Amino acid sequence: MFGYDQAMRDWNSKQAARAARIEAGSRFATGKLVDPADLTSFLEAILNPGDRVCLEGDNQKQADVLARALAAVDPAQVHGLHMVQSGVVLPEHLDLFDSGIAKRLDFSYSGPQSARIANMLFGGKIELGAVHTYLELFARYFIDLTPQVALIAAVSADRDGNLYTGPNTEDTPTVVEATSFGNGLVVAQVGEIVDKVPRVDIPGDQVHFLVDAAKPFYVEPLFTRDPAAITETQILTAMLAIKGLYQPYGIRRLNHGIGFNTAAIELLLPTYGERLGLKGKVCTHWALNPHPTLIPAIEAGWVEQVHCFGSEVGMEDYLRARPDIFFTGPDGSLRSNRAFCQTAGLYACDMFIGSTLQIDLAGHSSTVTTNRIAGFGGAPNMGSDARGRRHPSEPWLRAGAEADPDGPAPLRRGRKLVVQIGETFGDGNTPMFVERLAALDLAEKLDLDLAPVMVYGDDVTHIVTEEGIANLLLCRTKDEREQAIRGVAGYTEVGRGRDKAMVETLRARKIIQRPQDLGIDPLDADRSLLAAHSIKDLMLASGGLYRPPSRFRNW
Amino acid sequence: MQTLRYDIAAPRAAGGTRPIALVGVVASGNLEVLLERGGPADRCTIEIATTAQGFDDLWAAVTADVVAARGGGGLRIAINDGGARPDTVALRLAQGIRLIEEPDA
Amino acid sequence: MSSNLTRQSWYEASARARIAALVDTGSFAEFIGPEARETSPHLPIFDLPRQFDDGIAVGAATMDGAPVLVAAQEGRFMGGAFGEVHGAKLAGLLRAAATLKRDVVIAFDTGGVRLQEANAGELAIAEIMRAVLDARTAGVRVIGLIGGRAGCYGGGSLIAGCCSTLVISEQGRLSVSGPEVIETNRGVEEFDSRDRALVWRTMGGKHRYLIGAVDAYVDDDAAAFRTATLAAFAHPATLDQSVLAAEQARLETRLARFGDAVDGRDVWATLSITDAATIPDLATADFLTAATHRESADDAR
Repeated sequence: MFGYDQAMRDWNSKQAARAARIEAGSRFATGKLVDPADLTSFLEAILNPGDRVCLEGDNQKQADVLARALAAVDPAQVHGLHMVQSGVVLPEHLDLFDSGIAKRLDFSYSGPQSARIANMLFGGKIELGAVHTYLELFARYFIDLTPQVALIAAVSADRDGNLYTGPNTEDTPTVVEATSFGNGLVVAQVGEIVDKVPRVDIPGDQVHFLVDAAKPFYVEPLFTRDPAAITETQILTAMLAIKGLYQPYGIRRLNHGIGFNTAAIELLLPTYGERLGLKGKVCTHWALNPHPTLIPAIEAGWVEQVHCFGSEVGMEDYLRARPDIFFTGPDGSLRSNRAFCQTAGLYACDMFIGSTLQIDLAGHSSTVTTNRIAGFGGAPNMGSDARGRRHPSEPWLRAGAEADPDGPAPLRRGRKLVVQIGETFGDGNTPMFVERLAALDLAEKLDLDLAPVMVYGDDVTHIVTEEGIANLLLCRTKDEREQAIRGVAGYTEVGRGRDKAMVETLRARKIIQRPQDLGIDPLDADRSLLAAHSIKDLMLASGGLYRPPSRFRNW
Repeated sequence: MQTLRYDIAAPRAAGGTRPIALVGVVASGNLEVLLERGGPADRCTIEIATTAQGFDDLWAAVTADVVAARGGGGLRIAINDGGARPDTVALRLAQGIRLIEEPDA
Repeated sequence: MSSNLTRQSWYEASARARIAALVDTGSFAEFIGPEARETSPHLPIFDLPRQFDDGIAVGAATMDGAPVLVAAQEGRFMGGAFGEVHGAKLAGLLRAAATLKRDVVIAFDTGGVRLQEANAGELAIAEIMRAVLDARTAGVRVIGLIGGRAGCYGGGSLIAGCCSTLVISEQGRLSVSGPEVIETNRGVEEFDSRDRALVWRTMGGKHRYLIGAVDAYVDDDAAAFRTATLAAFAHPATLDQSVLAAEQARLETRLARFGDAVDGRDVWATLSITDAATIPDLATADFLTAATHRESADDAR
């Protein structure tokens, strides 16, 4: 009726394109196995200019051999690629843009490359699509950023292409699902080819080519915090969080952003938390990477279950020995999954608590400085109120009632607790509280539509510093919110600019709670409260199962 | 290096009989606080040796707040600063006052 | 885990906390304490902050009732490094020990000599070594304790080498040159200073105990250091020709036996330690059992 000439349209163009890539690549392969010596030529054969490519740069693991080979392709043959990847971590990830092999970038996290990527963005060497959160980028893999080629990393493979991704499974199933079923090509670097993989994380018919890198892929230990470095002030903020938030709200299901304040909370559960009688009442279910600092709480029986985004270097044997707590495969090793863990943090947790670099007077927080662009990672997913949530829980309903006491209860949504915790002055004695976020300056400089804000003020429910806790749920006006923030901003300029009378009123209404109001004397916040004082203590607490990476040893 | 001096009205005298107390260490981000008895019971003097310039207001605010909260009257306090943040300064001062008030061992 | 909570870590303790843990309660009388304000005359020239005690506490005390002289370096101040005043306090203490015929305990925690006070510091090291030898010639025991964050390096290690007994913990390190210095001078292939397991295999407490550079090995526990110090009082400390000859012989034998070893593990294997690679993982009791055939220096101190 509409005159579509169905005979003329080619409905198989993607499959045909993939078949052409496979044919071109097969010249360098035996079955699925590509000769490592031919890897760069192989990539030149399978890639077309302008392709959309996912090079697996996860938060932790990196397809480093594929990255190096890709950085070595001839730009005359392969250029203008559109890179879509979670993490811009290796130098090679940015070398691609220097040489013109890649042109456009959509990503989520760039911690180790934050200075260089900023330079390259300012210098016009990279055409920026957008900076995303992990879950957001994964979502777009299925809508408008589907990779045509995915270069991924696995621990091992059999000759049919069945992959074992092991504890650092991370983003791989998500990337492969989108690419393979979106009729794209999947190429995996593996540490070894085996007759039979310990378990099948990715079935072979989703994988088209393999290259034996003959060594494990690179993994960065990001989630280890040395208890020896935890300060008394961080311990004080941890005590405030436990007594002022975890206890009254009854937080069982939560996510900790990585940092020393949250590491201190983890180490205070078996001691301070025990004193408060909280075992079994809080911190039972976690969306969390395997933080070594959680070991004492796990061993003391606080934790029922943890789902992980990824793994952590040195924790493999401990995880294997605790299958009641962690998600493990039939082979016994951890199975992590970033997409599902992010989703869990969004919908199945009642609290996120983490640190940041800057908070302004509206409560917006950001980790951006004018010279560094670290991206978002997963923090905004964790640190936001999921308005699609429907199932109730006590903390969620309580927070919702605090935000909107006058609304009718049956129509009153709950709120996830989104807590920003930190000392009023951070590294280099720079204040955490500012009048204007550096993110705004960056947005101007780069002509961005949005300033890169990690957690928006209307998502933040509480701020915890050494001066006390500000409950933003209870604030009714913009002024109250501003003074509540100033009231916990200590001796920073923002803090000293407070309206003292108003802050006292807020304190009377419990919008601000000082340590004394919670029965905490700052002098009691000392290191003797930590369940472990050193990396070695953590190792001992694990019964020797935790094997700390060399950089953390002092024995 | 500069030396700052504050002579602060103290709401109450420091208790106990210990003649001196010492807390902290001069390390990066830390400070050493030496407390000795002497001077009027309603005043607390604090002398700070610090290399960081331009933080006089901050030191004035922190020291005044600690004395208001913890007392410290009749004490002469001397500080060697290793670049500590205000919260660490407040903590060490409070620790020092508590220590000098502790009963003699 | 409860033992971790009640045990007082030597590694984490301040200089004065270590002294308090070593001596009989309340027996410590400090000489030239912080209130004397004998501070460094050199550091202000560099716009560096001073510490009232210049990073070392010295004084008199009793241990199990017996009078002793005690010194403890504060490893967190300038890395525990020797300066003019710091060195003078220790030299003076040791000279007093010779006169009073009182045993001395030195809690080392030092990276060596302060660059800012190099000449004064080096002189002090020499004076201290002389004072140690004079004290020992007079029959005084000089007991060195090593287990702090800064280790015992440079001039500090030379002083330690003159002591009559050395006690070390696993975290302790004893060496003249530090890891970064070795890497800078010899290259990362020779010594990767970031390979901390390698650092401890080369200069750490367990290795030093096995190769006979120290006499006692203890847990990172202030009470254990106290016990080992009291035990050390039972050893004579005479310094005479025969002791020096024994030390020379010990070092010659050591060189002959281990001179070709590339790694600490090679040394331990030569000592007939089964499963040398597991040494760093062993808990104290198991380690001491495994260390039965270690090199000792009993005659040679």
